[in-house]
Amino acid sequence: MDNLAKKYSSKAFERIFQDEKLQRDVVYEGLSFWKDVRLRLYQNKGAVIGLVLILVIVGLAYIGPVMNKHTYKSIETEHINLPPRVPGLEKLGVFDGELDGVNVYEQQGLDTVYYWFGTDNLGRDIWTRVWVGTQVSLYIALLAVVIDMLIGMSYGLISGYIGGKVDIFMQRFIEILSGIPNLVVVTLFVMVLNPGIISISLALVITGWIGMSRVVRSQVLKLKELDFILASKTLGSSKSQIIFRDLLPNIFGQVVIMSMFSIPNAIFYESFLAFIGLGLQPPMASLGVLINDGYKSILVYPYMIIAPVIVLAVLMLSFNLLADGLRDALDPKMKQN
Amino acid sequence: MISLATLFVILTLLFILLELMPGSPFNDEKLSEEQKELLYKKYDLDKPLQVRYVTYLKNVIIEGDFGQSYTIQKNVDVSKLLKDRLPISVRLGIQSLIVGSIIGILLGVIAAVYKNSKWDTFTTIFAVIGVSVPSYVFALGLSYFLGYKLKLFPFTYDIYSPVQSSILPTFALSMFVIATVARFMRTELVEVLSSDYILLAEAKGLNTKKVIFKHSIRNALIPVITVLGPLTVGLMTGSLVIERIFGIPGIGDLLVTAISVNDFNIIIGIAFFYSLFYILMALIIDTLYGVIDPRIRVAKEGRNG
Amino acid sequence: MEKILQVNNLHVSFKTHNGMVRAIRGVNFDLYKGETLAIVGESGSGKSVTTKVLMGILAKNGMIDDGEVLFDGMDLTKLTKQEITAIRGKKIAMIFQDPMTSLNPTMTVGYQILESLVEHQNLSKKEAKAKAIELIELVGITEPEKRYKQYPHQLSGGMRQRIVIAIALACNPRILIADEPTTALDVTIQAQILELIKELQQKIGLSIIFITHDLGVVANVADRVAVMYAGKIVEYGTVQEIFLEPYHPYTWGLLASVPEMEDTSNELYAIPGAPPNLLEPPKGDAFAVRSEFALKIDFEEEPPFFKISDTHYAATWLLHENAPAIEMPAMLKERIKKMKKGVPHER
Repeated sequence: MDNLAKKYSSKAFERIFQDEKLQRDVVYEGLSFWKDVRLRLYQNKGAVIGLVLILVIVGLAYIGPVMNKHTYKSIETEHINLPPRVPGLEKLGVFDGELDGVNVYEQQGLDTVYYWFGTDNLGRDIWTRVWVGTQVSLYIALLAVVIDMLIGMSYGLISGYIGGKVDIFMQRFIEILSGIPNLVVVTLFVMVLNPGIISISLALVITGWIGMSRVVRSQVLKLKELDFILASKTLGSSKSQIIFRDLLPNIFGQVVIMSMFSIPNAIFYESFLAFIGLGLQPPMASLGVLINDGYKSILVYPYMIIAPVIVLAVLMLSFNLLADGLRDALDPKMKQN
Repeated sequence: MISLATLFVILTLLFILLELMPGSPFNDEKLSEEQKELLYKKYDLDKPLQVRYVTYLKNVIIEGDFGQSYTIQKNVDVSKLLKDRLPISVRLGIQSLIVGSIIGILLGVIAAVYKNSKWDTFTTIFAVIGVSVPSYVFALGLSYFLGYKLKLFPFTYDIYSPVQSSILPTFALSMFVIATVARFMRTELVEVLSSDYILLAEAKGLNTKKVIFKHSIRNALIPVITVLGPLTVGLMTGSLVIERIFGIPGIGDLLVTAISVNDFNIIIGIAFFYSLFYILMALIIDTLYGVIDPRIRVAKEGRNG
Repeated sequence: MEKILQVNNLHVSFKTHNGMVRAIRGVNFDLYKGETLAIVGESGSGKSVTTKVLMGILAKNGMIDDGEVLFDGMDLTKLTKQEITAIRGKKIAMIFQDPMTSLNPTMTVGYQILESLVEHQNLSKKEAKAKAIELIELVGITEPEKRYKQYPHQLSGGMRQRIVIAIALACNPRILIADEPTTALDVTIQAQILELIKELQQKIGLSIIFITHDLGVVANVADRVAVMYAGKIVEYGTVQEIFLEPYHPYTWGLLASVPEMEDTSNELYAIPGAPPNLLEPPKGDAFAVRSEFALKIDFEEEPPFFKISDTHYAATWLLHENAPAIEMPAMLKERIKKMKKGVPHER
């Protein structure tokens, strides 16, 4: 090695004793958990799209019905089965009130009448009905999810926290219950109670809470063994303090994810029940009821089913996207692979 | 054991429902005196509750007798009605499960092997759509465009060409299966591919093909079996609507009709069969686990031996 | 001695979200026939990445920027995927850190050995099976026929590591790379596995590259030692040279931080600070910021290798003629004195 070929000034070989050059630990600014989650969520394109679409749909669900003079049950017998017609857009050849090449509005002499999504076979405005129906579907879904959270969370907490025989018994009960397909339970339940908002929501809860309780229980079992719970106990915390102050905040993330996933599920089941004839009774409308109504005349008036189907599909898609994003954001470990 | 208990609970629930159901056949005013008498005798309706319960269990379990239909086809045994329709539904369900699983596994494998590529993005988007959009939306779209507009396939079910007319419903039903399986398969395979034993397999000098086919897919499939349960329920739910849309004479279609005309014996009979399928599926999943995963198989053998 | 492997000026970097991580920044070493070369260093120093280059199993986001790996008249970094696959497992084999996870849980261990034989040796199934059972016996497992049919979860950790060794040895490789093969095992099992590796090496005449951060293991198995820090080798020499006459401040730190049995009064020594971020490798000597003995020039220019003996080189400016005379820390000196008095590991 010819490492001596180059000459160095002896100054270069002075020792450095002072601390200034020594490495120091860099203290990075800490991010709070929820801020971190929010940042990660915003990085997820799908989740952002989902969130925006949900906001748009929810906004329209409340603004839409008041944008014209029709209500969801006002019947205009002279305006039945009109295809969609939107002022402005009609000049572009879409939403121009044509059906099978005939402008139905002109044919019936309704030149100044516009129904954005058309009308149904009773002359009701589909635009208004779709948004009112969205409200109802969202309401049922939220109701189902909230009850589901309450029941599932308490069941899981009790089963996991008390443990022992209580836990074994409660888990056996769940095992048997989950052996029955939800389709059967939901259908029979609604049949017995007669279809309505409350009975449909309750039917959705009957099976929904099982998944929630399992997640909560397994989280509780895991957390229970951790040192911070022991520390809390030795400091003399009461049971309720441990549950509400130490356990719940830590499982909250999982619960949020679960409930986000069960919203589209509930929306789907509602529409499913409507489709098999167990939906809300007229003149009430939900997305499922509208799809079912539209389906009956799909061959003659296909436009009737398009709007509710698109809203339903987009709504479910958005909730799934948001839930996926939330799961990844709350549980970054799962995404890393 | 649990499955037996579950079955028992289901039967009991169905019995209670039958007793409680408003307008149930046991107190239907439309029945003639003669019919009523026959019924009462057959189901021991004049006897106390516990005797009726035992008779009911005996009828269902031993004789497969769910009573008779009251509105759809008067006085025809429910079991006879079901016998013709069951195979059609079962075949459609199995067809969709198989088609869906194969396509789903393929998509999942491609997405995992070519992670972060265009294929991966495509599969992810496809999977999210497939999971979120209800199968009847696909069914409506397929039947309207391919069946009604383009006339490529029969618009509704045609008993004389069962194969062609089951193509659209199978695809509509399997969308959900494809999406779920693809999604799960991708996650599991990505995890397997990053495991130590895959590194060892590579270090042995196996080529990529062998590493993926011999060492990875089987191991990734094990957890995928768990989704078979939810898939079965999804297929049952989907089949109700899809049989209706395509006019397929299966039990799903019958159930929807029965619900609309309150034919309780049929509803309860079908509910029982759905539950039975579900329990059977759970048993199959358990067995499959043992076959595919030596860790469980050996543990079981050890216990028996 | 015959040179079997030669690594020249190897540079490897990984593409990450934050930028290029320069994991290996110019590594040179030779491997002789029949010897054991230990590469020691902290985690993240680039030991494992080096071995992955040799095996051609670098992760997808990693790339070889420069340098060559000469083996058998070939440059391994230039081979096609097929060519390296054919060498892998046949001529260069590897065993991994955690035997609990390095065997496929759904295949019998016998089949996993057999696979390697069938792949590289064109044996019939029957011959391969006989050879596999032979191998199971060779690595010191009793009842080989019974074990052949068992699954990994039915074996203990030590036995699994023996199976992994059997897989590695299946095709009589010339080089065995052992990546911390005992770290995940119990201490008693560790010793057994090390003995087994040594024994097999003598039987077969293997050359071994032994990756570890455990200096106790190094003293036990190695002929020569290369000390790695921040993607570079900073000192290499025979075991005696590294343990008894270390010259690089990082080697001093490593040796000083080994806990001592007899001496309970001393505080446990730890090298201050943490390894540098290889996204932006530091200028000069990467260890300088953590060194008590840093010179001004350490922050400006990378030290070249200074020759100490024919076998011993160290890359530190302290060996330059202009450098002030700096001796290793007194505590380490004391220790080495004791070691010299006691029985050093002469091999």
